[in-house]
Amino acid sequence: MPSDKWSLYALMLKSRLFEEAIAKLWHDGLISGEMHLGTGEEAIIAGVVSQLRDGDAMALDHRSTAALLMRGADPVAILHELLGRMDGLCGGKGGHMHLFFKKHLAASSGIVGASGPAAAGFALAAQHMRPNSIAVCFFGESAMNQGMLMESLNLASVWSLPVLFVCKDDGWAITTQSQKMTGGNLKLRTQGFGIPYLKVDGLNVIQVWDASHSAIHRTRSGKGPTLLHANCVHLEGHFLGYQLLKTARRPVKEMPRMAASITKSFLKLRGASWRERASGLKEVLLSVLAALHDPREDSSNDPVIRTRKILLSEPERLQQLEDQIQQEMAHVLESALEEAFS
Amino acid sequence: MRTMFFTQAVDEAISAAMAADSRIILFGEDVPLLRRNLLVRFGPRRVRGTPISESGFLGAGVAAAMAGLRPVIEIYMVDFLGVCMDALLNHAAKVKAFSGGKWNAPIVVRSPCGGGYGDGGQHAQSLWGWLAHIPGLTVLVPSTPADAGRLMIAALKHDNPVLFLEHKLLSETWIDFLGSGGRDTVQYDVPAQGRKGTVPDDWKPLPLGKAVLRRKGKDVTIASVGVGVHRALEAAQILEIEGISAEVLDLRTVSPLDKNAVCKAVSKTGRLLVVDEDYEGFGLSGELSAKVLEAGISFKYSRVCTQTTIPYARNLEDQTLPNKERICASVRQLLG
Repeated sequence: MPSDKWSLYALMLKSRLFEEAIAKLWHDGLISGEMHLGTGEEAIIAGVVSQLRDGDAMALDHRSTAALLMRGADPVAILHELLGRMDGLCGGKGGHMHLFFKKHLAASSGIVGASGPAAAGFALAAQHMRPNSIAVCFFGESAMNQGMLMESLNLASVWSLPVLFVCKDDGWAITTQSQKMTGGNLKLRTQGFGIPYLKVDGLNVIQVWDASHSAIHRTRSGKGPTLLHANCVHLEGHFLGYQLLKTARRPVKEMPRMAASITKSFLKLRGASWRERASGLKEVLLSVLAALHDPREDSSNDPVIRTRKILLSEPERLQQLEDQIQQEMAHVLESALEEAFS
Repeated sequence: MRTMFFTQAVDEAISAAMAADSRIILFGEDVPLLRRNLLVRFGPRRVRGTPISESGFLGAGVAAAMAGLRPVIEIYMVDFLGVCMDALLNHAAKVKAFSGGKWNAPIVVRSPCGGGYGDGGQHAQSLWGWLAHIPGLTVLVPSTPADAGRLMIAALKHDNPVLFLEHKLLSETWIDFLGSGGRDTVQYDVPAQGRKGTVPDDWKPLPLGKAVLRRKGKDVTIASVGVGVHRALEAAQILEIEGISAEVLDLRTVSPLDKNAVCKAVSKTGRLLVVDEDYEGFGLSGELSAKVLEAGISFKYSRVCTQTTIPYARNLEDQTLPNKERICASVRQLLG
């Protein structure tokens, strides 16, 4: 069965429009607290989730909305959950970081790395109760430094658990560049646990689909876990209102605010040598400067735009599909809000 | 006297302590950006970021303290202590006892706590009772900028492990970082007196385990910590109009607990209401009643605490966390 770029694009676009609507509700103050969107991850999520079937499980991180939507959770119920309503997916009790969808064994967690043990456990239950079913584990690259995830890799390896580990690598752990905090590399680390490692372009949905197709086949047939390492760019940064992105987008407004207090502190009597202070200052400046090179300005880092380009060869069909999805999502939003505020 | 925001006061106190004591180092996730003012003054050897490896770096902090450093370790939220509890429970808290009192681990774990901004039940817990349950840990929960700075100084001078819990509603930076995200379309019930207030010109330590009376009264003693103190003060104002005189005792430290202050107050008013944002069962509220009973004082008792997992939905969260309506109702019942 080859991948179907049209249905993958449909999943991705739906998810994008859905999360853009969520962003608007958040900006309008109708959703409280933090909001971690999966915009920019759609190719990874669609490429993997589209291949799941009944009995498969998903262990999700704090960025779980796209995976749940693509797995078939009711979008109105998700929106109602985010609006804190009793008829939400989790009765308004969970919120976006703690979405649960029992029908498809999908559980999210706001604790970094927690999807590792969860996937191992779902996979263990599959070994006993659901032959040929698998568990998918989604996590970010910096979760690879969390003990419980590394322990789960080992557990999955020695118990030959049917887990597909999916590392969504955007290079950043909130405001920290992951590479600076990660020893060695993830390939050697994964292989060190005896787990096959596949590197894919996470912006290319076909490549993600193909790689996960073979990994899932292997895992389903009892040959143990695989780790898929896919790069991406989070279009909204770590979360909505992400400070480094604000600085990148409005440096003239944001940087002086930061600079005044830094300068004052830098010049305070008593403290480190000037050399030490200078390297501290350099560290702050480098992380801000790193954020200024904003990969979001390059539209080829947007997986939805990239997939769309492939489909432009059939403009009429594309137009038709997009119209249909836009209408569908507009209808979802309309009915969710209508019920919420009626 | 100057005025300062809550987290600004804590950071300034740490900065002053670091200038005076080169053994103090500070690390945690995102610290280079979150504590950039400390980084540019004290350099990357003393102020450093960590991987997302709490059990590793908290455990390392404990041993570094045993070997002579005085680390401040930042844990992103108190809820996340769940992934690294071993370092506190089985190590930091045990060093002094296991060594026959010959060795200690002077670490300060600084962590945001508390709810009230709709972040869901893994990011809104208080957990000070859970921590104070363990012998060997000191647990501080300041409610004003001045106390926050002075308790941080005390924590840094203390020779054994201290948990310094900074309520996110009081912290001008955490509530912006996690709650509003720069939006002006959301509003949270932030206690103004706790968010910003006068602070001393020089940071002197507060004694650990000393409560302070925030409001005098004769009918009932309301004891609390953190944001609960402010909720109690709001309730006391409402009750005053009804002719009920409530006093508000800010415990400031959960462990050690200022038993004498509580007993003294309750023996005078004869009524104790504990307002605790932490979970009701097996925690601070029950502990306070036990302390007063053990002292042989006869009194009426009630509590307003968090009884369930904290719901995400804002309206449900507001009902779950102690609020002034629940406090007033409870006081009326005590007096009835």
